[in-house]
Formats: sequence, structure tokens, C-alpha cells
Amino acid sequence: MTIQFKPDETFRDDFSYANSDAAVLRFPFPFPEDAYMYSVNIEPHVPGGPSPAFDNPFDVDEHYVAECRERAKVLEQDPSRCKVLPHMMAAEWDTLELIMESFATSYPEHFTLTREGTAWTWENRPLGIRDSFIFGDASTLPLPPFEYITRQAQGDFTLQDQRDDNLFIDGGMVTTQADWSLDFDVGMSFHQWHGPVPLAHQKGVFDRALKFLLRLQYGAPVRRLNWTLTVNPRLDTSPENYPQWGPDRTTLTPENIAGTLHLRVELQSLFRLPRSNAILFGIRCYLCSIEDLARVEIWGKRLHRVLRDLHPEIADYKGTTRYRDMAVAWLSRFDDGAELPVGTAPRQTSLPPKR
Amino acid sequence: MSQPTVALRVTAAVPLSPLLKGFTFEPADGGRVAPSGPGAHLRLFLKPGDRVHKNAYSLISNPEDRSHASIIVRRTADSKGGSAFLHEGVREGDVIEAGLPANLFPVARTARRHLMVSGGIGVTPFLAYIAAFEAAGTPWELHHFCRADEAGVFEALLAPYPASRIHIHAGPVFGGLDEVLARQPLGTHFYTCGPAVMMDAALELARALGWPRARLHSESFGGAGEGGMPFIAVLRRSNLEIAVGAETTLLDAIEAAGVDAPCLCRGGACGQCLTEVAEGEPEHRDHFLDAEERASGRVIMTCVSRARTARLVLEL
Repeated sequence: MTIQFKPDETFRDDFSYANSDAAVLRFPFPFPEDAYMYSVNIEPHVPGGPSPAFDNPFDVDEHYVAECRERAKVLEQDPSRCKVLPHMMAAEWDTLELIMESFATSYPEHFTLTREGTAWTWENRPLGIRDSFIFGDASTLPLPPFEYITRQAQGDFTLQDQRDDNLFIDGGMVTTQADWSLDFDVGMSFHQWHGPVPLAHQKGVFDRALKFLLRLQYGAPVRRLNWTLTVNPRLDTSPENYPQWGPDRTTLTPENIAGTLHLRVELQSLFRLPRSNAILFGIRCYLCSIEDLARVEIWGKRLHRVLRDLHPEIADYKGTTRYRDMAVAWLSRFDDGAELPVGTAPRQTSLPPKR
Repeated sequence: MSQPTVALRVTAAVPLSPLLKGFTFEPADGGRVAPSGPGAHLRLFLKPGDRVHKNAYSLISNPEDRSHASIIVRRTADSKGGSAFLHEGVREGDVIEAGLPANLFPVARTARRHLMVSGGIGVTPFLAYIAAFEAAGTPWELHHFCRADEAGVFEALLAPYPASRIHIHAGPVFGGLDEVLARQPLGTHFYTCGPAVMMDAALELARALGWPRARLHSESFGGAGEGGMPFIAVLRRSNLEIAVGAETTLLDAIEAAGVDAPCLCRGGACGQCLTEVAEGEPEHRDHFLDAEERASGRVIMTCVSRARTARLVLEL
């Protein structure tokens, strides 16, 4: 199936980013129940489930070309968004191999990988790239292997080295983040980089998650969803650029909130890398306005309940305190209080027109 | 959940000594073998009779081009299945089912220098280590202990590498490591693989000399979620009795019986499959329950845990 890309969308300035109806319906909605609390919500990353976004190891959608362009812009302004420590070179090649093999298998109409021993040729038709190189010899690629391939993928990626019964964030490509900094976190251990998260430490979530991830097996990746809210469809909500996006929160009004406030969902995936024994962490970001979400009946009602009843510390940590009441007020018109089924599938195949 | 498996064709089976035999595999479908790193092992599913032996063997090479995978197998004296079958029953051209490579003995990527101590067939992961260290230019040193009559075999296996880094100690005496461990520069990591008594002695010596725990590594094939004594699970609410075999998990057995049990991660971490135990004693293997819950014996995580008793009655 050929994806119709929208190469000219923007995630800054005029914010021309928008989801097609099909993109709304495949949105990985994160709330199976009316209440939200932290948990180790990890499941095997296998094809299937309530959204087609889960069908492939790495999801490519209509925003692919525009997101790669946005990444290039961020890197041009701030090269520190891509950083890999020197001992992670094997993990760099692991990442390149995994993403190229997955893209070529999942989307053969757009990507082709040809191999003769260690002589590889990579074709990325949506971005107009064709390169031949020697696998394992970084001097034959125009960029270091990890930067080379993650510039051609949607979502952020980090590399975790495993040693001393712990994981260390020893590399990453981070340009579409929800207010955290790779430059600040690089080299930290698992509990250190999760330090700012409220409540979950006390519930033992990170102790259990770490024990589980240390045993993650090659060939058996896992995934989870995480979420926050973002004003405007802005991918780069980084601490480095806070002066540019922080003030957006003051621009919301009851009139503009529906089209301006976006649910930001991260499809997080974890892969054991076979050569380096490191872990690749994918953080694929999906944005959908609450106006579009409310066109799916079950999602509009559920989002209303989750935001209304959200634990205040979580609401604060996610930066929603200033406008949460306004969002709840707008969403309340869709919620008749009827009992909703457990699950996240949209349960409808088309959308009503925008209001 | 069962891990994916692949079919491998034996392309070479070469006797190295009366007890050691080298095997090379290529994918039966003609593609590439799965990528792997130094220290990884391959689990072969061997079927000499009615029972399946899942034996793990260290991969002695991890070629970048993924053209093949190689192991060396020692025929153990009391072998009733695995190694004897590989030595006598497997020939070039045969196809064997295998799991994907897994690595429980990885190289420390931050090390400045690597010191390895092996015994007998325990040198196999280090053959892959040394190839990687040589390619990266990282300093290394190997001390290998073996029977006198097998010294020639190991000398031949190590012949491609600089002799100055290799010390083969042939004969029954295990010693001389004090001086080696004492003179290593800061930033060295120490690895040992071989008979358990040898690994224990080497690690004990290193600790006594003040080596930090994080710098010491030893090979272990670890405990898997599945595997253990068979038992009977009684699903009280479903009114079912199911046999949980030695090679399957409780959760897999419950699902195979057609019962829709809660689960998510299938690795003992998420807590979804928590199930009440009415009778019997669980053998806990999860990371979820706290000490009090474990001690109570009233709950079990079905994805990884098993039973200490012949019967386990569950509220399912």
C-alpha cells in the first residue's frame, strides 16, 4: 500500500500539520479505561491490536516526510540533539540494521535494502536517498550510522547500554520530545533519568520495569503508550526551546482550544539489539487535536473523564494545570455519562464532519 | 509466549578431538542467520528420541555478514541426549530447529582492557570475544586451562591471534592467577567461563584481591521463565484440571486449555496476570510481588511462576 505523504506540513510557525480522517481513526488512543494512573503497561510489540500503528516494528504514516524535514531543521539549529557515546558503535550498527530491515520489509514500495555480504545499498524513495556502503565501516557512510538512519525515521530514539545490572542512556536522537533533554540525561542510569516522574517511584514501577528490561530478549520487543498534552502540533517541545513553546500555554481560549490543544501520544518500543546487547528505545510521537479526537464518540467521552479526574500531581507534571479546566469544559459537551466499554479501539469506521 | 525459532542446516561437522566437534550452520531457507554479539549463545532443539533437549551452546563467531553460525560441542561423559546426539546423530545437510541467539555473557563495552580465564570448552565464548577485541583494537589477555591431551586443539583454535596475549595452561593444576589478577591496570574487566568450581575459584580470588563486583563477569545460561517440574493446575472456576509440562509455562498451559487468563508482559513484571491461589504452594519467579505477598503463598503470577506442590488450585 502506497502512503500518501504530506511533505509540506509544518510543526512550527504556521502549524499547517493536520491529520486526515484515516490518520485520526488509526491514532493510538491511550486510555482503555475512564481513569488513568501509572503502571508497568508493557506488552509484547507484535502486529495487531486496536490501532494499525501497532502493525509494524516501526510505523511510517502520512507525516513521514514532513517529520524528517522537521528533524533536519532542529538538528541544524542544535546539533546536540543527537549524541552517542563512543562505546556504543556496535549499537549504532544494530540500529541501522534493524530499521533498514524493518522498513524494507514493512514498506517495500518505499524502501529497499540490497545486500551482498557486507556491501549494502539502501534506497529511501520518499526522501530521495540512495547510498551504498560497507556494513561495519562507518567511514563509508555520509554520517555516523545511528544519526544516518534515525534522520530517516519518525520519532525519537535512545540507546541504553546494559551493565552493572542497570541501563544507561548512552546515546540518542531526540528532536520530538515532551520536555526532556538528551544532552542533560546522557550517561544517566535508569532511576536517575526517571527521577522527575512523580508517584511512580513510590509504587515501585521503575524497580519492576528495570528488572523486566534487563531480561528483554532479542526477537521479542515490547511496547507501551505514554501521553501528555501539547499546545499546537509542535514536535519539538524541548527544555532547550522552552522560551519558544512555553508561552503557547497562555494563548488558549475557550474558542480556540479545540483545534489548538493536542493529545500527544508516544508509542514507546523497546528492542534488544543483538550485536551490542544494548536496548533501542523508540519514542514515536503522535499528535491529534482534541477537536478531531472528539469526532470519535468513545474517545471524546473518555478523554473528558480522564482529564477531569486526573491526579493533581500527574496533571502538574504533564504541564496541564493552566488549561486543564478549560479542556474539560470543552469536552464535557460530548459526555452523556454513559458507561463505556474497556479498550481503545474507535468502534467506528468513519468520522462525522468537523463542527 | 514461545520465542520465535529458525531452521538451521548443518554445513560442516568437523571432529576436533575425540570429545570435541565443531559445527557450522546456515539458514535452511538460504537467507542470513540472525545477528549476534560476542558472548551470545544458540539454543538448539534436539530430538534424539521422544523428548526435546533444548541445549545452549556459545557462538564462537559473529560474522558481520551473517553468512553462518558456528559452535563447538563437548560430548559429556554422562550424556543421555543432547551432546551425544550432536556427536553421533547429526550430519552435514541435516536441519535443526534453533531459537534466536540470546546473550547472557556480553562484553563490557566501557572496558579499557579485557582479561579472560577459561577452562576446557569454556573458551568458546572467548573465541568470539577475541575476534571482536582484535577488530576494535582493545587490549586483551587470555588464560586457558585444559587437559594436556587437548592443548593442541585449543592452540589450533587460538592460532590466528597474537601468541603474546594467550597463555595455555595444560594439565591438572589450576594456579598462577594471583599474579595475573594483581597486575591488571585500572579499567580492566575480568571474565571467566568453564567448570563451576573453576569459575568460583577465579571469582573468589579476584574479590579477595579487591576487584569491584561490577568488573567481574561469569557465564551463566540463567533461569528461563519456562521449564521445571511438571505439575497439575486446577482451575476452580472453569472446572478444569490441566497438566503443566516441564517445558511449558503455567500461562501457556492455561491458554492452551482455552481459558482466557489475564496477562500482558509475559515476563513477570507488569502484574496483570496476578491470580489467586486457593491451594498448593507457588514457586515465585516474578519481579512483581513483594516479600509479604510471596510469603503468603496466596497469589501467583502465572506467566513465569510455577508450583512447588504436585497440585496448584487457582481461582480461574
